[in-house]
Amino acid sequence: MRSAPSRLAALLRQGHFVVTAELSAIDSPDPAVTLNRAAALRGHADAVNCTDNTGAHVHLSPLAAAHLVSEAGVEPIMQLTTRDRNRLGLQADLLGAAALGVRNVLIMSGDDVSAGDHPEARSSYDIDSMQLVRIARTMRDQGTYLSGRRMESAPSFFIGAVENPFAPPYDFRPARLAKKVEAGAEFIQTQLVFDVPRLDAFMRRAGDLGLLERVAIIPSVAVPRSARGARFMKEKVPGVQIPDAVLRRLEAVPVARQAAEGIRIAVEIVNQLRDIAGVRGVHVIAIRWDEGVLTVIEEAGLLPRPLAGAGAAVAALP
Amino acid sequence: MNEPVSLLGRAVIAIERPLKEAVWDCRMCGQCILHSTGLSCPMRCPKNLRNGPCGGVRADGACEVFPDRPCVWVEAWEGSRRLPLWRDHADHLNPPVDWRLQGSSSWINLATGRDRRRPRGWVSEAADAQRA
Repeated sequence: MRSAPSRLAALLRQGHFVVTAELSAIDSPDPAVTLNRAAALRGHADAVNCTDNTGAHVHLSPLAAAHLVSEAGVEPIMQLTTRDRNRLGLQADLLGAAALGVRNVLIMSGDDVSAGDHPEARSSYDIDSMQLVRIARTMRDQGTYLSGRRMESAPSFFIGAVENPFAPPYDFRPARLAKKVEAGAEFIQTQLVFDVPRLDAFMRRAGDLGLLERVAIIPSVAVPRSARGARFMKEKVPGVQIPDAVLRRLEAVPVARQAAEGIRIAVEIVNQLRDIAGVRGVHVIAIRWDEGVLTVIEEAGLLPRPLAGAGAAVAALP
Repeated sequence: MNEPVSLLGRAVIAIERPLKEAVWDCRMCGQCILHSTGLSCPMRCPKNLRNGPCGGVRADGACEVFPDRPCVWVEAWEGSRRLPLWRDHADHLNPPVDWRLQGSSSWINLATGRDRRRPRGWVSEAADAQRA
């Protein structure tokens, strides 16, 4: 094994409330750009997501980004959509990620190309996210590709998937979570939470199904920077639901103070989420606004983060 | 490449295709799982999802990609609740599509077992249960 297993997994196993963040999409071939953005999140986030052509817009590949993020001393979570690659490309990138020391993967179908900057493109959708979770799990646990052919050695992954408790059919969402756990998912990052009671209901149902002991649920919290930005998110980003009360609250303050109000909203949501049984951490994101993310992590009292070496030390305890 | 279709296959398809297209807007994937999707054809999903809805379903239950159409999986879930049989099949993990079967008869593939042939590395739920 080229480098240590997932530290994110270790922190969750030890019962830490984890914090993850997201590398804003990179459009530069200069590695310094990625290194600097990753470094800005170091010490605030336990792991950082590297998105895969987010919103169906082309950006730096998640494999390259994840490699650079780890070079910057931050643990990456490589996102992988089934939209842009077929089963060969996906398995090749999973193995490639493992070879580069990437230990966390997050698997999803991805926003449709119609939402992005190449709406005329042909999507792959050769396999679905549930199937890719199972394939990644088989690569890790059996050391074989989907074809059955053996790899020289099995890659080590902490396997994540996504769920959106805020999209219909609501009753099916916990059942679908169960199916993803059955397929092999070990952690889940959710769609953005603005509607905390809906997430709470989802978590209770997941608890009833016995899933909370089997999978670490990490809800996502967005930091809205302005009322306009929040409205854009509600209308244009597939799957995001923002209650009108939240929009009204942002609109009620002058534009110059909306960013501060956005931070307050996000901190409140983080604090509410911490009281929900089975919530194992938070994923804090903003659209191209790292400072907002850092401030929310600070003001929600999530610092200091556990030290890098903490995993090994605690694991040695009886 | 699609697999070649025999004369018998063509005859069956001549009946199967118009019938299933009319009733279910079938896309002739040749490996029918309508019983596990509340009789809603998952191949109508623009993302070809065979294991449940994506996260982009709109609040009114419409498709992320085609806002004027209901999500195939919202229909599938509601349909599966109404079915007297196979209700638990919505929980089954459906294997990757074998694209070579596109356009062939799922009735013949069911009869011959061709639609149950999986890649060797696909770990099914049955294999899971055996290991556990």
